[in-house]
Amino acid sequence: MRFYAIAVYLFLYIPIGVIAVFSFNAGRYAAQLQGFSTQWYGKALSNPFVMEALQTSATVAAVSATLATIAGTLAALALQGVTGKPRMIFDALLYIAVMVPGIVIGISTLIALVTLFDWLNPMIAAFWPVAESAPKLQMGKGSLIAAHGMFTMALVVIIVRARVAGMDRSLIEASADLGATPLGTFRQVTLPQIFPAILAGFLLAFTFSFDDFIIAFFVAGSETTLPIYVFSSIRRGVTPEINAIGTMVLTVSLLILVVAQSILQRGRRAQTG
Amino acid sequence: MGAESLTGADKSSIAELRGATKRFGAVVAARDINLSINRGEFLSFLGPSGCGKTTALRMLAGFEAPTEGDIYLDGQRVNDIPAHQRPVNMVFQHYALFPHLTVAENISYGLRQRRPKPPAAEIEAAVNRALETVRLPGFGPRRIWEMSGGQQQRVALARAIINEPKLLLLDEPMAALDKKLRHDMQIELQTLQRKLGITFILVTHDQEEALSMSDRICIMRDGGIVQIGSPRDLYDRPKNRYVADFVGKSNFFEGRVTSVAGDTADLQGAAGISFIGHAGAGIAVGQRAIASLRPEQISLSRGDGGVPVTVVNRIFLGEHTEYLVQNPDLGQFLILASRQAEAGEGNLEPGETGSVSWRDGAALILNND
Ligand SMILES: Nc1ncnc2c1ncn2[C@@H]1O[C@H](COP(=O)(O)OP(=O)(O)O)[C@@H](O)[C@H]1O
Ligand SMILES: [Mg+2]
Repeated sequence: MRFYAIAVYLFLYIPIGVIAVFSFNAGRYAAQLQGFSTQWYGKALSNPFVMEALQTSATVAAVSATLATIAGTLAALALQGVTGKPRMIFDALLYIAVMVPGIVIGISTLIALVTLFDWLNPMIAAFWPVAESAPKLQMGKGSLIAAHGMFTMALVVIIVRARVAGMDRSLIEASADLGATPLGTFRQVTLPQIFPAILAGFLLAFTFSFDDFIIAFFVAGSETTLPIYVFSSIRRGVTPEINAIGTMVLTVSLLILVVAQSILQRGRRAQTG
Repeated sequence: MGAESLTGADKSSIAELRGATKRFGAVVAARDINLSINRGEFLSFLGPSGCGKTTALRMLAGFEAPTEGDIYLDGQRVNDIPAHQRPVNMVFQHYALFPHLTVAENISYGLRQRRPKPPAAEIEAAVNRALETVRLPGFGPRRIWEMSGGQQQRVALARAIINEPKLLLLDEPMAALDKKLRHDMQIELQTLQRKLGITFILVTHDQEEALSMSDRICIMRDGGIVQIGSPRDLYDRPKNRYVADFVGKSNFFEGRVTSVAGDTADLQGAAGISFIGHAGAGIAVGQRAIASLRPEQISLSRGDGGVPVTVVNRIFLGEHTEYLVQNPDLGQFLILASRQAEAGEGNLEPGETGSVSWRDGAALILNND
C-alpha cells in the first residue's frame, strides 16, 4: 500500500519538479542540465509578449474574481432563506456548475456569446448614427471575464455558503435585540463573520481564472492570456523560459491557495471561538 | 381619553400577553397565553423542555410574531414592532456574544446603535460601570474566547443591562454553568435585579432556580400556562398533580374522594388508608383523585402505630435523611426526616420495618392531571 502511495505521489510531482529544476538550467536545451542560472527568469520577465499576456491574465483574473465574489456572496446570503425542494435544485445546479468539464463550459460559452453577438451587433449598427463606425461586440477580455466569472461564482457561493450556514443565527438576533437595524446587523455582524470566506473565495476565483487555459482558449478571441501564450510557445518547443514562467505561475498559485486555506481555517476558529 | 384606554392595557403592568398563540405549522408552541407582568418583578417561566418557554420569551423580544393574540409593552401593542425597535433586551441561552469584538465592544454594542450616537467618552464610562456591575472590572480589552463560561455570562448580562431595558429576558442563562457557579450566579442575578429595578423574565427548567429567585412563577405545559403564583403559593397550593410534581418533591397516592366539607376533602386510598387535606379546585365527592404528601410531612418511627413500611433505601443529606420506604398497598414513597426528629429513635436501617403517619390536613387532594 505504502509503495503505491509513494508511486502515485512521485508520478504526480516528478513532472512539476522537473520543470522547476530545468527552469534554473544554465544551458538552453531542455534535455540536459548544465549548471545553475536564473537567466531564464530574467528573459521571461523582459519578454514584452510574456508581460502583455501576464497583464491580460491579471486583469481578467482580478475583474472576474471581483464580480464573482460580489455576485457569489449575495447569492450565498440569499440562499440562506431557501429550503426544501428549491434548495435541492439550487444546490444541484451549483455543484454541476463546478463539476462540468472546462471544455464544455468553453464551447457552450463560445456558442452562446457568438449567437448573442450575431443578434446584437446588427441592432447596434442599426441604431448607431454612422453605421460604419458602430462598435462591434466580439470575443476578448469581456468574454473572458464573463466566462471565468460565471464559473468561479459557483465556487464563491459554495465557500461563502458553508460559512453562512456555520454562523450562529443567534448572533443576528442578538444584534437586532441590541437595537441594530437589519443593515447595521449586516455590516457589523454578518459581514465580519463571513469575511474570511469571502476573501478565500476571491483568492480561489482569482487563481482559477489566472491558471485557466481551456475555457480561455475558446473565448479569448484575439487576446492572449499567460496560459495561452505558454501553450502556443510550447508548439515551438519547450524552452527554459517556458519552464521559468510555469514555475512562477505555480509558485504564485500555491501561495495564494495556502493563504486562502489559512484564512478559512483561522475564520473557522474565530467563528467558534 | 387617550389611546391607552382604547387598548385597555393595564397601566401597572410593564408587559402583557393576551391570548398569545404561536404555531409552527402543525406544532402549537404557545397556546393562548394570558399573562400580565408587573413592573419591577422577577418572573420565571418554568416547565420541561419543549413546553414553549422560549417561544413565549421570543414573542416578547420580537423574534416571533404571535399567530393569534396580542403582545403589549408598557401599554403599547407591539405585534408589528420589530425586535430592534423594542425596549427589551435578552440574555441568550448560549450568550450569543460577538466573537469578532472585544468584551468592551460587545458591551457597548447597544449604545453604539443609538441615533444620535452617544459621545465616545460617555460610552466608555457606561461600559466601565457595566463591567463594575457584573464584577469584571478591567476586562474590557479581552477577547471573548479568553473568557470562561461564567465570565462570558456576565458579559452577556452587562451587554443587556447597559441599555436599561424595560424588560430583561433571560433564556436558561445558567444552563451551561457548573453547579457551584450556577448557585453563585443565581444569588448575584437576584441582587442585581433588586438593585437595578429592571423587570426580569427568566426561562428555566430547573425548579430550584425558579423557586429561589422569582417573585412569581409561571408553570407551563404543552405551550400553555398551568398555574401562576408565588413560589410559596405553588408549593402550598398546587393546582394539580403536574404542578405539585414540578414544584418540590411529592408523593402521590391514588384513591376516591369520600367527602368534601368546605375546602377540606377526604380521600380513601388503597386498603382504606385515608388522606385528609386541602381540596384543590374542582374536587367533588365520588371522583377519582390523588393525595399529594410532601416527603417532610410524613414521619417515620420504629413503633407500629401507623401504616407499616419497610425501609428500602436511605440517603444521608446532612441535616436531613431521605428514606425510600415500601408499603404493600401504597407502593414506594419518600420520607424526609430531620436529624432532630430522629434523635430519640435512632436510624432505621434498610430492611428494617417501622410505621409512618401524617397529620390530618397535611395532604393535598388534587386532580390527577
Ligand atoms: N422555529 C420553530 N419551528 C418549528 N417548531 C418550533 C420552532 N421553535 C420552537 N418550535 C417547537 O415549539 C415547541 C416549543 O419550543 P420552545 O419554546 O423552544 O420550548 P422550551 O423553550 O420550553 O424548551 C417545541 O415543540 C419546539 O419543537
Ligand atoms: Mg428553550
